[in-house]
Amino acid sequence: MSDPVTDPNAASEDRIAPVPEREGDTVRMNMIQAINSAMDVMMDRDPAVVVMGEDVGYFGGVFRATAGLQEKYGKTRVFDTPITECGIIGVAIGMGAYGLRPVPEIQFADYIYPALDQLVSEAARLRYRSAGEFIAPLTVRSPFGGGIFGGQTHSQSPEGIFTHVSGLKTVIPATPYDAKGLLISCIEDNDPVIFFEPKRIYNGPFSGHYDAPARNWSNHPGGEVPTGYYRIPLGKAAVTRQGAAVTILTYGTMVHVVAQTVEETGIDAEIIDLRTLMPLDIDTILESVKKTGRCMIVHEATRTQGFGAELSAVVQERCFYHLEAPIERVTGFDTPYPHSLEWAYFPGPVRIRLALEKILKD
Amino acid sequence: MPVDAKRANLPPLSLHVPEPQFRPGDEVDFSDVAVPPAGEQPRPDTAADPGTFHELAYTLVRVLDEDGNAVGPWNPRLDADTLRTMLRNMALVRAFDERMFRAQRQGKTSFYMKCTGEEAVSVAATSALAADDMCFPSYRQQGILITRGYPLIEMMNQIYSNKGDKLQGKQLPIMYSARDHGFFSISGNLTTQFPQAVGWAMASAAKGDTRISATWCGEGSTAEGDFHSALTFATVYKAPVILNVVNNQWAISSFSGFAGAEATTFAARAIGYGIAGLRVDGNDPLAVYAATQWAAERARTNQGPTLIEHFTYRAEGHSTSDDPSAYRSAQEWSSWPLGDPIKRLKDHLIGLGEWDEDRQAAQDQELAEMVRKTQKDAEKNGILGHGMHQKFETMFEGVYEEMPWHLKEQMQQMLDEDDAAGHPGPKR
Repeated sequence: MSDPVTDPNAASEDRIAPVPEREGDTVRMNMIQAINSAMDVMMDRDPAVVVMGEDVGYFGGVFRATAGLQEKYGKTRVFDTPITECGIIGVAIGMGAYGLRPVPEIQFADYIYPALDQLVSEAARLRYRSAGEFIAPLTVRSPFGGGIFGGQTHSQSPEGIFTHVSGLKTVIPATPYDAKGLLISCIEDNDPVIFFEPKRIYNGPFSGHYDAPARNWSNHPGGEVPTGYYRIPLGKAAVTRQGAAVTILTYGTMVHVVAQTVEETGIDAEIIDLRTLMPLDIDTILESVKKTGRCMIVHEATRTQGFGAELSAVVQERCFYHLEAPIERVTGFDTPYPHSLEWAYFPGPVRIRLALEKILKD
Repeated sequence: MPVDAKRANLPPLSLHVPEPQFRPGDEVDFSDVAVPPAGEQPRPDTAADPGTFHELAYTLVRVLDEDGNAVGPWNPRLDADTLRTMLRNMALVRAFDERMFRAQRQGKTSFYMKCTGEEAVSVAATSALAADDMCFPSYRQQGILITRGYPLIEMMNQIYSNKGDKLQGKQLPIMYSARDHGFFSISGNLTTQFPQAVGWAMASAAKGDTRISATWCGEGSTAEGDFHSALTFATVYKAPVILNVVNNQWAISSFSGFAGAEATTFAARAIGYGIAGLRVDGNDPLAVYAATQWAAERARTNQGPTLIEHFTYRAEGHSTSDDPSAYRSAQEWSSWPLGDPIKRLKDHLIGLGEWDEDRQAAQDQELAEMVRKTQKDAEKNGILGHGMHQKFETMFEGVYEEMPWHLKEQMQQMLDEDDAAGHPGPKR
């Protein structure tokens, strides 16, 4: 009989005791605390889960997302790594081949590129090329996105690079509650997942008005997070606002910027937080667009061949005869992320409002 | 974890995870850091085969002894004016760092990185290079620009992303670019500059030029693949390049053990590649100068590349975003066995009778005043956070040599947005 810990193909249910759908009290958390809690819960439940990355050990991560985990679970389960993203992912794949369930952190998404070969050629294809003999059950956590004056090396949104790769899943939360439930699902998932964390909203939702006072999560329903185990299934979007005039597809930080703009304009928009980009919740999208007859896509990433292009194609292919206006994309511009002109670059309330006015004109 | 029954008689494997000697609050004792006496390290001929002096990758090349005297074969025998210039440049780097760090804390910019304690690594090395040799720095070698006389106000304008910023506010503060001063555009990504420096040196060699290149990275980022690619190309083509590894002990919170320092030195990386390797007291400006001079001579006479490990200490946080008190003992810097490079050069000059404490104090005051005045001038061009100083169109310029239609369209969209917003920020 195979050992459920070291057998890479053992389903996670075989490894760990079944638990209720949701356990523990619900408390206020910011997104960092929720992410920390997800790893804590999973490390406690599953001895195969290991956390690794630059500065994640004693220091607890430059954003404190792994704070306290090394002290609690020891250095062989939570450890600092050399500064080599290619090495971090390659080593995580090897640990996964042994039967562990690595959760590597790439300190900023802008630094993930040296790991592309290991992600694209290796992790993404391991199941396929070995006909299931080996899998890469990694969850690659990485803060992404701008709005923090991080310049071009601390601001990028490279999700479109990963959604383009067959075999990778891509997940992006927009609230602490979703972040924890999604991260738990990612860690339990047997495929490699890129889990991009919108660092602009780590500490609170962002309206898109950069000069407004910062908010925290204490007054947002998404800041109420159960302390124990719960999952949000991958591949399921959330309709965060119901409406009839237009469907807005978005994710991450932009969920909140869109919500604010919709509130300010009084437009009866339906807002869909995709949460998982790959695999995409096509049913929720189609149902909504068929209802509203209009579709707008909002992401912070650059426009050309961004994930919005795929969304636009999918909607057009399947809802063409329901559309009453051309699909609108609101995105970052096709330039490197600028430092000082950050707020001219960022797809904020004005860009969203103008696009809404355009799509509702006819 | 289950134990494999077939080998139940063997002890189980265990995973080694490095741990630094000292954590916050610990008493620091660096007595196990091997500091060989100054002057005892042999200086090979610059034409010597790298295989004949492997020991220099495991020791510390040192010139300044405990009394501040310059001793031994590596003594570069510099004249007093050159020494005073190096001292002044190092002090200027420190004064500049102090001022700009404070500016960030005052909310005048988003980011800053000091090089306190590491001034010799950039200033003394640059002093030993020709003015037209090409430098590919990391983000902690502001001493190169200062040594080469790059105007302080240009550095500050860049730090403030203001309207005087030659980089048009496009880059994070301190990611300078100064082609006319032989200073390659800094990337925030680690060690990407290493193979680039090798490529520049190969081009110089291929074209029969006489210029060489030099590059710097931290010990932590020697783990990146780019570092090893660079060493491979450098040895294969005997590229005229100086590869500097600044071993300042800490990569944010990760001590040098996470880059392999528990097992060997960083200079020893050279040996596996057949490259000349030197390990140098990075807080000894004369040793840094001499090692660079030696490596430059090798490079310029077609003897190929040299890897120099500068053994030093990062006295401050990684950046303004870092708090080192959370992961290391505050006593480390005050206990550092190789001292402070500025004080060591000052003491040497005083010992020579070419300097004194009064002149040092006067110079410190003069430099602080100069930096303060320059800062005032720079702030006339604006500071970050007081609106955006560049024309909006600059965001789209330089993505390509010629702007494609889609960027022109997006640029117009941005200007229309600005109109719709009632021009809240910068003006066209």
